[in-house]
Order: sequence, then C-alpha cells, then structure tokens
Amino acid sequence: MSDLSVNFCGLRSPNPFWLASGPPTNTGGQVMRAFDAGWGGAVWKTIGDPIQNTSSRYGAIDLNGVKIMGLNNIELISDRPIAVNLTEIAEVKKRYPKHLVIASLMVESKRETWHDIVRRAEDAGSDALELNFGCPHGMSERGMGAAVGQVPEYTEMITSWAKEVAKTPVISKLTPNVTDITHIALAAERGGADAVSLINTINSLMGVDLETFAPRPNVAGKSSHGGYCGPAVKPIALHLLSSVAKKVKIPIVGIGGIGDWKDAAEHIALGASCVQVCTAAMHYGFRIVEDMADGLAAYMDDHAYRSTENFRGRAVPNVMDWGDLDLNYKIIAKIDAGLCIGCQLCYVACEDGAHQCIERAPQKNANGKRNPNNMEVHVPRIMEEECVGCNLCALVCPVHGCVTMEEIHTGQPPMSWKQLRASQKG
Amino acid sequence: MTLRETAPKLSPEQYEKNFAEISPRMTPRQAAVEAARCLFCFDAPCTIACPTHIDVPSFIKKITTDNLRGSARVILEANILGHSCGRVCPTEVLCEGACVMHEKEEKPIEIGRLQRYAVDHVLDRNIQLFHPGAPNGKHVALIGSGPASLACAAELAKLGYRTTIFDRNELAGGLDTYGIAAYKLRAKDALREVELVRGLGVEFRQKTTVGSDITFAQLEKDFDAIFIGVGLGDTGALKIPGEDLQGVIGAMEFIEPTKVRPFAQLNVGRRIACIGAGNTAIDVVTAAKRLGAEIVHLIYRRGEHDMPAFRYEYDLAKLDGVNFHWHAQPVRILADASAKVAAVECVRTRTESSAGNKRSQIAIMPGSEFQLEVDMVVRAIGQEPVTNFVRAVEGIRLRENGTIAVSDRFQTGNAKYFAAGDCVNGGKEVVDAVAEGMTAAGGIDAWLESPRGKN
Repeated sequence: MSDLSVNFCGLRSPNPFWLASGPPTNTGGQVMRAFDAGWGGAVWKTIGDPIQNTSSRYGAIDLNGVKIMGLNNIELISDRPIAVNLTEIAEVKKRYPKHLVIASLMVESKRETWHDIVRRAEDAGSDALELNFGCPHGMSERGMGAAVGQVPEYTEMITSWAKEVAKTPVISKLTPNVTDITHIALAAERGGADAVSLINTINSLMGVDLETFAPRPNVAGKSSHGGYCGPAVKPIALHLLSSVAKKVKIPIVGIGGIGDWKDAAEHIALGASCVQVCTAAMHYGFRIVEDMADGLAAYMDDHAYRSTENFRGRAVPNVMDWGDLDLNYKIIAKIDAGLCIGCQLCYVACEDGAHQCIERAPQKNANGKRNPNNMEVHVPRIMEEECVGCNLCALVCPVHGCVTMEEIHTGQPPMSWKQLRASQKG
Repeated sequence: MTLRETAPKLSPEQYEKNFAEISPRMTPRQAAVEAARCLFCFDAPCTIACPTHIDVPSFIKKITTDNLRGSARVILEANILGHSCGRVCPTEVLCEGACVMHEKEEKPIEIGRLQRYAVDHVLDRNIQLFHPGAPNGKHVALIGSGPASLACAAELAKLGYRTTIFDRNELAGGLDTYGIAAYKLRAKDALREVELVRGLGVEFRQKTTVGSDITFAQLEKDFDAIFIGVGLGDTGALKIPGEDLQGVIGAMEFIEPTKVRPFAQLNVGRRIACIGAGNTAIDVVTAAKRLGAEIVHLIYRRGEHDMPAFRYEYDLAKLDGVNFHWHAQPVRILADASAKVAAVECVRTRTESSAGNKRSQIAIMPGSEFQLEVDMVVRAIGQEPVTNFVRAVEGIRLRENGTIAVSDRFQTGNAKYFAAGDCVNGGKEVVDAVAEGMTAAGGIDAWLESPRGKN
C-alpha cells in the first residue's frame, strides 16, 4: 500500500498536495475547508502591510471553448491586517494540528521588518515560512516580490535575514521572470534557505479589447502586467524545476500548471518533494484534491512505490543537454488506416509545417475506405523513407492511437553530437 | 375545392407551433461551441460532398474567429442560395454525411445549421457582400426564378452581364418560395434570398409567361443568351378511375398554399391519403398532419426499404403519426353522392426481382383489395417536366422523359439557349440546381466570349 505522506524538511505533510499562496488561501475559513477536502498543506495568502486591490483582477485565455488554459492576475498580497491573518493561522493550527500551514511573507526589504514578521508568523503557529520573492506585479514596483527575486544578492540577503531568527523551515519562492533561475535558486541556498519553491507567476498581458483598446484584465479601460499561471505554464514550470533540481541540494516544492495527479507526479519525477496548486482550485474548487490523492495513490500502487520518494527525481537525469542525445535513435510515423478518419491534418501539417513526408490521399477512390454513410475516407500515406520522425503528424492527429511513432532499428550504436564532434576532431 | 369533411381549424398558436422551424437558428454560443468542434480538415470530405463545393472548414473557422461576414462570403461565393441550402439540403447524405466525425464515432458537425447562422448574419444586416461586375454590354434572359435561375443570374451579374428573369408566378424564388415544406423554409426567407440576388442588379419580371406574354422570337431578338430554369410541373397522374373527383390534388398544389397563404385559410381533409413515398410525399403528409388532418395515410407500392425518401424525412413522418401502407397500390378513388372523394381502394402488391432489371417488378395480388376512407387524395408520384413550351425553339432537344438535353456546360441543342436545374436533371436537390446554374453561367460566359458567341 502506498503512503502519500511526505517528510518535508522534518515536517510531516499528510500528502504532497498544498494550496499555493493565493486567493484560495486568503482566509482561515477557506484553508479549513481545503483541509477538510483533503489538502495536506496550505501556503497562506501572502501576509504583509495590507494593500488595496483593483477591480477587476483576473484575466484568462480559453482555447476552442475550453475555459482557462491560462489565468493571470493583478491581485496583490493580502488586503487584511497582519494581526487578523495571524489570529486565523493560530485558529487553523489549533483545529488542524496535523496539516501544514505555511505563512507566506512579504515585507519591506529591512532586516528588522523581516525579523519581526518571521517571529510573529512563527508565534502564531506557522509550520514553515515561504518568502515571496516572486510576485511579478504591483508589489515589485514597491521594491518587493520579484524586485527581490530577480537579483541573486537580494534573494540571498533577505533569505539570510529570515534565517537569522526563524525556528521553522524557510522556503524561498522563486520567480521565473529571470534569465537563469538557477542563479537565484543557488543564491537562496547560500542564504540558508531550507527549500525553494517554484515557479511563481509569469509576467503577462492577457489581451486587448479591439473595440476599446483596453488591455485585460480591464481596470477602468486600463490594465497592468500580471502574473500568468494555469495549465498553459506547466511546461515552463517543469523546465525550470528540472534545471533547479540539477543545481541545488535542498528540497524543492513544485508549482505551475498542476491540475491533476499526473501533473503532480511529473513535478515529483522532476525533483519536487511537494507541489502547490492554485489555478485549478480557483477554477473547480478544493474538491479536485480528492482525485489528485486517489489517482496518485493508484499510480504508486500500480508501480509498487511505497512513497513518493521512490520515484521523486527519477526523470531528472533524463533531462540532458541536447548535445548528449542519441543521434542514431530513429523513429518513423505509422498511420493505422483502420482508425484514420480522413481529416488529412497530418498531411497538411507535414507538407506545410514540417518535412514533406506524407502523401496526400487522392480525392477520388483514395483507399477504398468508406464511412458508415458509404462515403469515401481519404487516408494519407507516410513516405517512410522520407520520414524524419519529428512527431508532428502524431501531435496533430485527432484520433488517439491512429498515428504512432515506431522505432526503426538502424543497427548503429548510440552516438551524440558531442561524441560525433569528438570523433571528427580525433 | 370542396371536401366531404374538412379537418377542424386550429388556433393560430397551434399552427405556428406545428410549422415552427424544424431546425431553429443557433444562438451565438451554440454556434461557437459547434464550430469549435470542427477539425478543419484538409481536402475536407464535406467540401467534396457538397455539389457547390462550399469551403466548409474555411467558413466554420471564420465563425470561431467571429468573422461572420467573411464566413458568409465564403458560403455565398460558392452558393448564392447558401441560406436556403443550409435549411433544406439533405446534409445527412451530403456534407454532414461525409464528415470525418462519423469515423471518430462522434456526431458530425452541424454544417447546415452553422451555414445558416453565418448567412443570417449578413441577411439580417443587409450587408451587401457582392457587387455587379463592370457592365459588359451583354444581356441574358432567364426563364423561371427558381434556384437554378437565381444562381445563374447572380453569377452572370457578378461578371458584368445585364440579366432579366421572366417568371410566371407572382412571387420569385420558384420551388424555395412555393414548394418546400414550410417548417423547413418559409416563403419570406426564400424571398430574402431573392432580394440578395436582386441586389446584384438582376431584374425580375414576375407574372410573365414566356411563350404567351413574351415570345421566344422577342427574347432572341433582345437578349444575347437565354437560360431555361423552369423546374418541374405538377405531379403525374395516377391514371386510375376517380382521379377527377373533388378532393384529388397534386402534391405541389397541396404544398403551395401552405407557403403563401395563412394556415387558417387552408382546407384539408379530415382524412387524407398521399400516394407515393418520395421526399415530396413526406412534405405532403407532414404538412397535412400539421394543418390538423386527423388521419393521414401514405400509400406506396413498394416496401419500406425501397422508399425514395431520405431516412430522416421518413422519421419526420413517423413522428407526426402518419400511417404507412407498404406494398399497396391505389386502383380507384370512390366518391360520395355529391362526387366528392370518400375513399381510396387499394390492392396489395408483391415485388419480384427479374433478371436484367435493376428494380424489382411489381405484381398485384389478386383479391387483396381494401379501402381507406378519406376526404382527400394527394398525388405525390413524381413531378413531371413542363418543357413542352420549348418545343417551339428550333434545335432544343428533349430527352424521352421530357427533360432538356444539354452539354456538360449546360448548353442546349440551340447554342443560344442554356438550361439547368430540375428541368434538366429530372428533379434533384436545391443545391444541385444551384451548382448547375452556376456552371451554366460559366458556359454562357464562355460561349458569349468565344468568337462564335459574339456573332
């Protein structure tokens, strides 16, 4: 039987699923309902000097009728007094002692101010602290959030200030809005961080109303850049997670585009100890954690993983430099004519968008295949000798399993570009 | 026409409900969701299946990008009657029948309804998408104002021809206006398309019968070319005793008033028999039921699986509660004392396949006579050509079945005359008439541009 619980920096989390600091963790009431739904931990909406928010605050992009492929926000940190947040943290911890409550903090870049907020959060009963060095909008204009996280020296310095007084684990939250996130991650590690979490949201502008020319989200006809998150950002998060996982020795919390157990498992496979979720909970509510836990447990049972530690980081070594990839590995596309529906999207994609390796079906008497109405189905043909194995046809095919990429055994030993260069020089 | 018993009149609301659009206009949200399902196929089977080859993926893609004007342009460029075709096309055996979604085991895209949605956008707003071409000084006459003539005239107008349509009816539009079940297409919507064509400068001379109001000689003198698109006439005779009784009418005669007169003014029998099982017969029996007829019989001499009507048309009639009499053939119509229809007598038939014949032979089963008590008998055994009047024109050749013989560019035996639509193909879909009319326009243009045509 799998056990989803995680030892994170010496703290026991009932499972690896935490709510990220954001609107879902704004109040004690929300956090308690989240724990009831099954979340293992919650990073409180960032606490600091209360701010005033705009209306509206969120923008989204939909794709072909699917809502919220990506979400952005220009909402700032908590708009409630520090004391209120801390009182509620104390109350939640009293009622839910086995769940993790992590206080997210953001204050002016003054040593004493940081010392003060760290002490107050811990006094309230926080299990750990997350330093918000990532928020890309609004707060960064005031010298906080990403303004800290974009400069390795500031990240290291403020992390060390927190560590000077902290008795609980300190997590530095990283912004993706930098040239190389590993420099910031290493700076946090040097500053004494017990862990890093990433990614915070990505700088974005959601769109423009073509009648009024108001950008989105619209605030009286104007807007400002905001933080982008949701399903669309997962690949960016996974890349940054894997690159940090290769560099730092401290635990990592994965964030970005996680909506189900598979997303979470991928983050874990790329090195995350725990994961944080925000957009999916904003979209569907806290109930989504039930299948995240259920599905992850089933996956672990199927693979005989007793703990997430059994597969955590397993994919990290498989992320390599391009120059180390095997140039002699060869796959080509196959079309299952029985499954083909005749849309010819593979043909046009290959012809116009890739490498001209698919033959268009003739418009008449194509292959003799007919649909239930006795009308012709035009099945294109892969020119196998031309196919470069790029995947595009399989990616555009709307029928699961119709276009598959199959390995061709070239008889050649593996050889990377680096090896090729070396042999040429030799 | 007086009937032995007429069906009781319905309330105005009931009539409207009965004849409400069978496929209502989509809401913007419905259209967006449906359009988003389209895979945007390449060499799309729907486009290949459409007789007018509308670029379906292109117009649907434009719906997803809120470019409804562009979407309508794509449709109407290929088919100026895209609105009515969106409503009346047998899409199940054309574009939607070819949709790749069938192979994906999903519902095909509702192409017909999306097409209508896009065209409605420009018709509602009177957006003029097309303009007459620069005048080329040539003038073409078109006889008949149905789909073939409208399509031909619109194409010619875009090329710069002056075009004049001569039509014997009060209203233009031909079959679309007068002959298609009202719950599919109302006359007022057919007339909106006529206005679209008129907007290209096409001139309409209604209530003008060629041959009597204006002679062919006059047309030949005044026009550079003449297009014949007169469709078909009324249903053929049953050739049985009693056919001349009060209460026996043809299918077109039955449907036409449902299109152009208030429903409450129409008298239909309390009990009706319709002879034939084509799509027109279905239009008759469904209209009869919706007008309040209590008992409606459909009588067909072959079996259920032989019926020419499309499957979904048959389903419509079944849902309307029509009684089907398969393998039955009327032998005489019986009258009451005042010579009004009182019953139809039928006999059972059996089909026998015989070598060399595609369709099986029909044999009558002796002694199997039975009577159906009815107040009205509607003939729906296929419309007959009305091409006799062109016999006056030298060179035009009629085929054995009365349709006009044409070349692949729809030129008749008299080079100055072109013909297309039902009067040539013997009766197909509106979309076929449009496709033929457009091809004929190309034929006329090519001929008038050729050295011979310039004479």
